[in-house]
Amino acid sequence: MSQDKALSKDEMAALVAKDIPQGSFVNLGIGQPTLVADFLPEGSGVVLHTENGMLNMGPAATEDEVDPDLTNAGKIPVTELPGASYFHHADSFAMMRGGHLDVCVLGAFQVSATGDLANWHTGAPDAIPAVGGAMDLAIGAKSVFVMMTLFAKDGTPKLVPGCTYPLTGVGCVDRVYTDVATFDITPDGVVVTDTFGISYDELADRLEVPLSQG
Amino acid sequence: MTVRICATAAEAVADVADGATVLIGGFGMAGMPVQLIDALIEQGASDLTVVNNNAGNGDAGLAALLAKGRVRKMICSFPRQKDSWVFDGLYREGKVELELVPQGNLAERMRAAGAGIGAFFCPTGVGTPLAEGKETREIDGRTYVLEYPIRGDVALVGAYRADRMGNVVYRKTARNFGPVMATAAATTIVQVAEVVETGELDPEAVVTPSIYVDRIVAV
Repeated sequence: MSQDKALSKDEMAALVAKDIPQGSFVNLGIGQPTLVADFLPEGSGVVLHTENGMLNMGPAATEDEVDPDLTNAGKIPVTELPGASYFHHADSFAMMRGGHLDVCVLGAFQVSATGDLANWHTGAPDAIPAVGGAMDLAIGAKSVFVMMTLFAKDGTPKLVPGCTYPLTGVGCVDRVYTDVATFDITPDGVVVTDTFGISYDELADRLEVPLSQG
Repeated sequence: MTVRICATAAEAVADVADGATVLIGGFGMAGMPVQLIDALIEQGASDLTVVNNNAGNGDAGLAALLAKGRVRKMICSFPRQKDSWVFDGLYREGKVELELVPQGNLAERMRAAGAGIGAFFCPTGVGTPLAEGKETREIDGRTYVLEYPIRGDVALVGAYRADRMGNVVYRKTARNFGPVMATAAATTIVQVAEVVETGELDPEAVVTPSIYVDRIVAV
């Protein structure tokens, strides 16, 4: 459903949440994608996985609930829901690589037209690289959703013919949610599934990626 | 070998050698064996290779060990955090080496070490800079990278309770790397909040069985 202005972060998160199938096992990475949890409808049956060894993670802990032994992947104190389980790191990543996770939602610096993902390192000489679980998630989850702004602060598109930043995974992204449009990355190319405050023609003009209209 | 219940953290880490590879548990501060690290700082071992998910948070624990200049090399997945100023400074000054490993590979490479696996083919990192120069193989149409085990001379693990046999249980997400590291080191040293009598832990709930544990200290 098109609307006439760009989406806020919360609106993007709500959009992602709406597309997560009932009862999925989902990993929301760190940072912005964790907002998606706030928009999962009551009774969605979605089970959140956190890489540091937990299923059925609950919301962020409020003051008296804070337990230093219970955090999410971003090291933010969280809570457990009934039916939660804990496991060690090798098991946690076996769940990813083994194809047991239905969906993961990641941020990105760039996504290519063929679904390559770059989200861990700018490659700048003075940058300290940090990868965490991004590479394992990118190649492991059955569906990989990316949540990002479509254009960098300088206006450069982040959906590109080929990533110029170091890759996280090759051909792994299935769907891209941005503030101004959503895209499916398909074997036949990039399909625009929705636009927000931008026309399809303007989008096609500003991106160097061949698009088709879904 | 029977587990040794140590009176102090200092006793537990007394023989860590210069140049040792030390696996240190914890994800951020959750599960980090801070008292064992403090004892290691006091003990003075240097030129260490340290394996941890991160590269220190704030000024305590691993960050303090780094700050003392005892670490030659960090093997980790996520060094850069908002509170990793100690590592950031040392890295920028060229005073510490970094081997960056995807988090699942870090865990699986230690699991392999503990399980007697010589190497394994893993799909993580294919086509990325972290797989550059590594052997690859196509298996059933998918490309995998050959990854080798990471073995420790010593593992320092933060857990919740142990019995006098050395069986260990953890608490919530503080479990993280502990059980895997405990299997992957020649000597595994576990700090716990409480040592209980043998038989008091539910055998069905034991996470790290005593065979992997060499020393226990209550802190």
